[in-house]
Amino acid sequence: MNHWLTAPILIPLLGGILQIFIGYAPIPLRRTVALATTVLLLVSTVGLLALANDGSYRVYSFGNWAPPYGIVLVLDRLSALMLLMTAILAFFCHLFAIHKTDESSRQFHALFLFQLLGLNIAFLTGDLFNLFVAFEVLLIASYGLLMQGTGTKRTIPSLHYVVLNLAGSALFLISVGMLYSVTGTLNMADLAVKVPQVSAEDLPLVKAGGLILLVVFGLKAAILPLCFWLPKAYGSATAPVAALFAVMTKVGFYAIVRVFTLIFGADAGPLANLGLDWLFPVALATLAMGVVGAIGARNLRTLITWQVIISIGTLLAAVGLGTEQGTSAALFYLLNTTWIVAGLFLVVDLIAGQRGAAADKIVTAPPMHNRTLLSVLFMLGAVAAAGLPPLSGFFAKLLILQATTPGPQMAWLWGVLIVGSFFTLIAYSRAGSIVFWRTVEGHVAQSERLTLPVTVAAGGLVAMAVVIVLLAGPISAYVDATAQQLFNSAEYLTTLHTPVVVGGL
Amino acid sequence: MELVYALTIGALTASGVYLLLRARTFPVIVGLTLLSYGVNLFLFSTGRLVTGGQPILGSTDSYSDPLPQALVLTAIVIGFAMTAFVVVLALRKQADHHDDHVDGRESSARLLPEDEEDYDR
Repeated sequence: MNHWLTAPILIPLLGGILQIFIGYAPIPLRRTVALATTVLLLVSTVGLLALANDGSYRVYSFGNWAPPYGIVLVLDRLSALMLLMTAILAFFCHLFAIHKTDESSRQFHALFLFQLLGLNIAFLTGDLFNLFVAFEVLLIASYGLLMQGTGTKRTIPSLHYVVLNLAGSALFLISVGMLYSVTGTLNMADLAVKVPQVSAEDLPLVKAGGLILLVVFGLKAAILPLCFWLPKAYGSATAPVAALFAVMTKVGFYAIVRVFTLIFGADAGPLANLGLDWLFPVALATLAMGVVGAIGARNLRTLITWQVIISIGTLLAAVGLGTEQGTSAALFYLLNTTWIVAGLFLVVDLIAGQRGAAADKIVTAPPMHNRTLLSVLFMLGAVAAAGLPPLSGFFAKLLILQATTPGPQMAWLWGVLIVGSFFTLIAYSRAGSIVFWRTVEGHVAQSERLTLPVTVAAGGLVAMAVVIVLLAGPISAYVDATAQQLFNSAEYLTTLHTPVVVGGL
Repeated sequence: MELVYALTIGALTASGVYLLLRARTFPVIVGLTLLSYGVNLFLFSTGRLVTGGQPILGSTDSYSDPLPQALVLTAIVIGFAMTAFVVVLALRKQADHHDDHVDGRESSARLLPEDEEDYDR
């Protein structure tokens, strides 16, 4: 047992509790402590990534209960990657929030850290019911974060978001119950052992349970019939929150990858590759829908929210190929899209702050104070998101295109992805040229000046597009190894044989 | 017993879904509550229905599975917190929009008036 596995859970938990107790302390102190917590989390996830990079599984059983009876945390390459990605994103979002967002509410830092807590539990857990609990933790924190800020425009999208997710939680419990009633276990490794042995009469129940699970994760990931809540919810959130939420849909993606390669993977007997036939067409439809939404967007924020949906469609289409190369390419694209979309949310917020009443609407307005810097940041983000060379989006999409083998799947994926990227590019260039090039005379009365933290935060996330290209070799080696580990799920089952620790630590 | 139990779950879930689709915040919240009752009963039944069984192995011939009971307890606690939150949110929405329709107003084509000038961070 390696106690470091609990660090990404304990750090934000304790940090969040501390924030509640120092809620009335001076704001510089609260900010310093909160940011220090996020930095500490970042350091711990770097350590865990180095630990996971040897390709073995590390298990932490709570209360020293041997699996499958106790709740376990499992660290593998995929978990470590998700943790590090989230921690880097969270650091920049937190830095950005310190500028202004955290002044409006005393609970902001606590909620922010609890959000990270929920995300980290979801990425580390090796138990299906614990995954449900993690979802609830991150959801209740996200409900609070979504309501940050003043004004009345957030209440309706928040209500929709909360009600939808509560209905989703009910479905999650139903599917967990169905799986448990047949297999008698909720430990993911144990489920992977039991599901192939299910008798023929119980098979429909497990199949139904598995597919309901796909619906639940699809709702979190915002795939096509379940994605319409997203633009309004994300569009009305404050910028650092919307940017952090860029990782929320990726939790759904992570859960789909984890559950449907491990429990319903190739070794699942009669239920092998359950849901895979659905995933690919639905993902392509999601991608197409996202592009349509992006073209029709009337303000920059809505444009970026549809980019979130485009991303999830692209990710799941690559995973839906059901191959190791596809998953590896998806993971490479995941890093790119999460950071870039979040960076764009932050850049758009800075743009909106300097355009007065025009805010982020795609209309002509007086020139911005820091037009050069903001336009360069927006352009870099747009290039990386649309997938033009030389930034990371291009390489990520290239990897996805290369992962296909000739056949109808290839024709569909190449067609939708390339045409989709082209129209995304049109959407970005139209928005960018109106906002940055066509300006009217006059000046904005209340133009917000850029401060160092916000510039660093927005610039840092967008600059990730360059960093990913520079580190493309190590990153692609890592994601290849991750995909290999995922598809060799027999290895995961060894976590069941984790011995109980006898004696002292 | 199984039939009555199953009918109860069915009735609760059906009423919950019906109320959830009513598009007014109060019925929606009641619907969510009924749905969670149905789900909790369903979850409880996944350990098989046993009367008079102890949740301890080896002490009697008929034992009841303790794990679903623990799961239900967790689900109830979480459901309680979520319901409390959604009630507060619905009250806030009522105060903001003076209407308990979930979209803010009835037969509204636009959920979010894009021209509303309350943009802020």
